Amino acid sequence: MDLLIHQVLSGLATGGIYASVALALVMIYQATHLVNFAQGEIAMFATYICWTMLNAGVPYWPAFFLTIVIAFVGGLLIERVIIRPVENSPVLSVVIVFIGLLVIFNSVAGWIYSYTIKPFPSPFPAEPLFGNTYVTSHELGSMAVTLVVLGLVFAFFRFTPLGLAMRAAAQNPASSRLVGVRVGWMLALGWGLAAAIGAVAGMMVAPIVFLEPNMFGGILLYAFAGALLGGIDSPGGAVIGGFLVGVIENVVGVYLGTELKLTVALIIIIGVLVLRPSGLFGKVHVARV
Amino acid sequence: MSAPLLQVRGLHAQYGPTRVLHGIDFEVKQGGITTILGANGAGKTTTLRAMCGMVRTEGQIMLAGERIDGKATEEVVRRGVAHVPDGRGTFMHLTVEENLRMGAYTRKDKEQVQADYERMYTYFPRLRERRRQQAGTLSGGEQQMLAVSRALMLRPRLLLLDEPSFGLAPRIVQEIFRIFREINQTEGTSMLLVEQNASLALQLADEAYLLETGRVVISGSAESIRNDEAVRRSYLGY
Repeated sequence: MDLLIHQVLSGLATGGIYASVALALVMIYQATHLVNFAQGEIAMFATYICWTMLNAGVPYWPAFFLTIVIAFVGGLLIERVIIRPVENSPVLSVVIVFIGLLVIFNSVAGWIYSYTIKPFPSPFPAEPLFGNTYVTSHELGSMAVTLVVLGLVFAFFRFTPLGLAMRAAAQNPASSRLVGVRVGWMLALGWGLAAAIGAVAGMMVAPIVFLEPNMFGGILLYAFAGALLGGIDSPGGAVIGGFLVGVIENVVGVYLGTELKLTVALIIIIGVLVLRPSGLFGKVHVARV
Repeated sequence: MSAPLLQVRGLHAQYGPTRVLHGIDFEVKQGGITTILGANGAGKTTTLRAMCGMVRTEGQIMLAGERIDGKATEEVVRRGVAHVPDGRGTFMHLTVEENLRMGAYTRKDKEQVQADYERMYTYFPRLRERRRQQAGTLSGGEQQMLAVSRALMLRPRLLLLDEPSFGLAPRIVQEIFRIFREINQTEGTSMLLVEQNASLALQLADEAYLLETGRVVISGSAESIRNDEAVRRSYLGY
């Protein structure tokens, strides 16, 4: 029983990472109806930027927040410079651009930082908090950070005029222009936010999986499974889906063997697509013919 | 007489290779209401869409002496042009209130915006009842009221109306047109109205243009067209 509780709790910790990345995927999906395959590599690259600052002697939290800002600006620039010219191209062209970005970020990171695995520090103490035996401080801390980020994102979209405009622009670009929204900038802002959220996820997960250019390969798959499970067009659903996948992955790892972890993600993806394509919380689209 | 608010000269418009407008001229006076009438496919909706950069155009469109042709839609809107579009343009997943808030997106005068929500809810009490409801759940008529309110939330100088009577019960149509008149008179908002319902449009407007396959065939004061029986019979069908 203790083992199960332990696994569920640390599943929630990694689930928080998947939830963040899933949310980043959903944000771009809502605006473009495409899954940004480069999301994980952008997060990985941001984590390397943080690592560089830490190595240069910048204290953890300033480096943390600076990385978020850099990732935000980077995401914004990627949209303005690379995505915008192909905005109205066929779906396949845009997907190829996403894959191109993935490969570029991956190999540039490998070229600059090499493919050797690097340790990444955790800002949280090494001994467990509150004397508990179930979760490490890092797991608890990263869960807290994740929840704060998700809460901020939620509040931004729900309560600010800019958040409302971004939701409107994603839903109905034509009408948004008709009330004066600069839709192109809303898209760019969405990329910036997604990159910033991904950066937080990267810095929180790096102490666990270690820093290397391929660190996000599996995570992106889990996040995608989470997003699909919750509903790819539902931000709240994607977050819950991410947490669920984290728990399922961990529990399966213990009882069925760690070799099957990644398989579980694929089974979830296929299962959801076959049984409930809109996910647990997604909207079911009905078209009249 | 003061210069017109909107002045259009030699307007051509096309969708891909298909030309829809072949050089039309018209204007909307400061504080005036101009209507464009015509059958389906005459180019009425295209004319309105051309005003706010939603189609490719040639020719000159002047708003208060400034050229707005070729400008992006959102930039034209920021100059005080609101559009009640064909198909209503509802933000389906936002609430009624959020739809109205979007209408006031570019405004900075927060207190007056607040007062304007109240004004819209007074015009259309139905919207007040449904303010927290998703706009996608509204009936067609209610969405039309919402589209009109959303456009008015901009406090526009020029209001572009694309068949505001479409899909509304006759009683509500009367009500909406009464509101247009009131807004026109109390706030001096100029309007460019496209309508299928010619008799209704000619009652509200002071100037009218008749469009046939992308050309203006008749123009004049609304009154003279209303009273010209030959025109009424052959073009307007009532």
